[in-house]
Amino acid sequence: MAEATYSWPPRDKSEIIGKRVSRLDGMDKATGVAKYTYDVNLDNQLIVRALDCPHAHCRVKSVDASKAMQVDDVVHVHLIKPIPEEGLEIRAHGTLIAAVAAETEAAAAEGVAALEVSYEMLDVFVNDADLETAAKLKRTKPAGGGIQLDESLGEPGDDDDEQEWEDKIIQQLLDQAAHVVEGEYGVDAITHCCLEPHGATLRWNGDKLEVELSTQNVSRTDDGFAGALEITADDVDVHCDYVGGGFGSKFQPNYWGIAAAKISKKTGRPVKFMLTRDQELKIGGNRPSGFIKVRLGADSDGVVQVWDSHHWGTSGFNGSTVSVGTVPYVYVPKNYRRKATGIITDNEPSVAWRAPNHPQACALCQTAYDDLAAKMQADSLDIFLRNLANIDTAEKADLYAQQLRIGADLIGWREHWHLHGQGTRRGSVVEGLGLGIHKWGGTANSSSCQLKIHPDGGVESYCGTQDLGTGTRTVCAMVLAETFGLPIDAVKVNIGSSTFPFSGASGGSTTVGAVAESHRRAAQDAFVELAKGVAQKLNVAADSLEASAGRIGIPGGKSLSWKEACGLMGIRPLEVTSNYKRGDESLLSGSGVGGIQMARVAVDLDTGQVQLKKMVAVQDMGLVINRKTAESQIYGALIMAISYSLFEQRINDQKTGAFVNSELDHYRLPRLGDVGELVVHFHEPESERKRGVIGLGEPPVISGGAAISNAVCNATGVRVPVLPLTPKRVLDTLRTAKG
Amino acid sequence: MAKPTSDQFSRRAFFKGSGAAAAASAVGTLAQTAVAQQQPGVVSGWTTISLTVNGKTASVKVEPRTTLLDVLRYELNLTGAKPVSMDGSSGASTVLIDDRPAMASTTLALTAVGKKVTTVEALGGARGGARGGDGPDAVPRAFVEHDASQCGFCTPGFVVAVRAFLNRNPNATEDEIRAGLNGNICRCGTYANVLQAALAVVKGDSSG
Repeated sequence: MAEATYSWPPRDKSEIIGKRVSRLDGMDKATGVAKYTYDVNLDNQLIVRALDCPHAHCRVKSVDASKAMQVDDVVHVHLIKPIPEEGLEIRAHGTLIAAVAAETEAAAAEGVAALEVSYEMLDVFVNDADLETAAKLKRTKPAGGGIQLDESLGEPGDDDDEQEWEDKIIQQLLDQAAHVVEGEYGVDAITHCCLEPHGATLRWNGDKLEVELSTQNVSRTDDGFAGALEITADDVDVHCDYVGGGFGSKFQPNYWGIAAAKISKKTGRPVKFMLTRDQELKIGGNRPSGFIKVRLGADSDGVVQVWDSHHWGTSGFNGSTVSVGTVPYVYVPKNYRRKATGIITDNEPSVAWRAPNHPQACALCQTAYDDLAAKMQADSLDIFLRNLANIDTAEKADLYAQQLRIGADLIGWREHWHLHGQGTRRGSVVEGLGLGIHKWGGTANSSSCQLKIHPDGGVESYCGTQDLGTGTRTVCAMVLAETFGLPIDAVKVNIGSSTFPFSGASGGSTTVGAVAESHRRAAQDAFVELAKGVAQKLNVAADSLEASAGRIGIPGGKSLSWKEACGLMGIRPLEVTSNYKRGDESLLSGSGVGGIQMARVAVDLDTGQVQLKKMVAVQDMGLVINRKTAESQIYGALIMAISYSLFEQRINDQKTGAFVNSELDHYRLPRLGDVGELVVHFHEPESERKRGVIGLGEPPVISGGAAISNAVCNATGVRVPVLPLTPKRVLDTLRTAKG
Repeated sequence: MAKPTSDQFSRRAFFKGSGAAAAASAVGTLAQTAVAQQQPGVVSGWTTISLTVNGKTASVKVEPRTTLLDVLRYELNLTGAKPVSMDGSSGASTVLIDDRPAMASTTLALTAVGKKVTTVEALGGARGGARGGDGPDAVPRAFVEHDASQCGFCTPGFVVAVRAFLNRNPNATEDEIRAGLNGNICRCGTYANVLQAALAVVKGDSSG
């Protein structure tokens, strides 16, 4: 199989690709052997903890460290930012002000408590749902918008006021509609809440900075350190064998990482600087909120013909919201108008959160489609199927229809369906069904792989990628083993160092595609070299050779063992470095997936408690490398969707702006008993498999919010408008509906 | 918000009858140890204690406020138990103390004197070295087989929690597992896999 082009073996010839393989580092993770940044202890290290600002909006006027310096075992106090004459403006609760380096965690914490800071309080605004007040306070920022109309509707004339003309046309379309829905929906801000907080353990080795960084971007954080420290990237080595969660929040060294390097330089000692739990929630990363006011009009079949929406929300003090480009979501009628407004609140700016914008957009938009079904007294599944006539990925309509039918069978849609609010009540409990559909890109990131094949048959690879929980090492090993016809444990995979060949950050569902590209390419390139020697030895054509079951040879004919073949190289190992550049045409990887999710819930009308009974995910993803870890990604994504739909939310005190639930006992995340029955179905007809590997990390986290909200609406007959659907919100909505 | 971290404990003195349950038991235990104190019932400043961890006795320097978690991670380099929440709400620092699950993050090191501490590392068995060790426990083996880790940061705590739960409930049903393992948080969402792993251990088919 010495191919001229890079490709995958067909399904029936794959010995390892697509199979269920246990992750190679699973036992190390399960027994505490795996070392994370927080776990690396350097000789003579200092522990750093920081004082974070207790106010959402203020000016730091002074910091007095004299008492902190008197605390036993405190070695150094570092001001994160200099304080100018007029004071240092702080725009978010939790912003780090000063850091204390000490011999122990406890001494560092005591040092932090001894810091004396004077503040000047400034005005606070954190009500991201309240567009009107935000506008009055000049806390809004336009965040884009536009209108798309069917050509037959013409254009405004020269004398027309454009806005008035648009209003008139939209109103006409709504007037013509057989069914009109007007609704308001929302999704609260949530945090990334990585269980390993952000941070670094680092030291200077002469002029060289050696960093253990909890990062999803091993190859490209060296330049961030270098830029801030006025050195060059070749003087920074970043290392990360394991990262305890990232979800989009760990791409940078962050200012505390830079501070750690400065403290280490100043004290001449290694430093460990990890955020505390509440700091991790306050400043480690958050996802913007979104609230929407929408009107839609549908024809008599329930196919939406016009959409008119204005959404707002906050991404913190930089004042953005859910991207206007994602609204309306997947379902895009021929005529639509959309507008977005960012709200400037005194919160930490948001960063990418698993499938940026999509989960919120899906929940904001597809709840309105479900309300259309409720209004028409129709089956939601029928309405979602009929509206596939108007989606932004038209070529995917048939695929979505197949997925919806598969999902319906798996969740028992026909058996459990009832019209909204008309289910059988058992005591105070009613059940309901809901669904949502989603899309994602998942283009492979750029990646390079260096492969060494030793004359004794040993195989090792080097790649500056990382394992975010994806099972990256296992994917790399599976690709190499498949290509060489070797067992997985015959290849040694090395990742997690910026000294290895470049590989892109793990963000946007790009990692499995990236490493599959680079490792398959390197392995195929190496195989071509090996095959030359084998062909000569066996006196056969090199392109007739295949690798299988530990041998290289003619299928069913002459062959050499892997070790014999490698021995032909002489005394020098074969070294190959192969590259994939994001966007290059390739048979190995592709882009663009779809999926659907359905939820069945039980709602207690007396307590407002929502119980997730069952959730189904049907997902296409091109070619599957490791069925076992891919399945886990979808399970995990479903659980994160359950989390933002029912449990987690950032709660700001409206008066002080404080993020009041930043510890894990108050920031509610689901636990084992909360997740119900989860069913994962890989939708992988040949038409999808042949598109190559497509990223899977983000897509299955997207439509669960819409599905759960719609299921609660189906159960109760009323729309609880804002996620998460807490008991209070459910009860408040039920009371309002009763009048 | 209150930050229930080790800094809440006075580093200078650890008084009997201070109201903290941990304090009372610590002093009671200490009375039986060789840690000599000038004032009966009071431990001040740095002191050296003896802890039994994974069957080995280690001599470590602690302050009254030092948590068992800090001792494990910084003194003994046993970093399996993780610092996720200092109030015990994540379960990531779960260890066994006298075979019962406890949060190392909310346990003062002094209170573990005279007790048997078992960490996740002990469940790894004799791996990575000479053959013939007893190998990993069935729970981590089932975690691997059922892929019950993603990023893996919560996993060691979860493994110990499952081990402790199944020790007491060796024939647990699915419903009992769903009801009984809610002390641990996994942000990646491995609960479905943890459930499968625990069930596999009950059925005895976790060989991996």
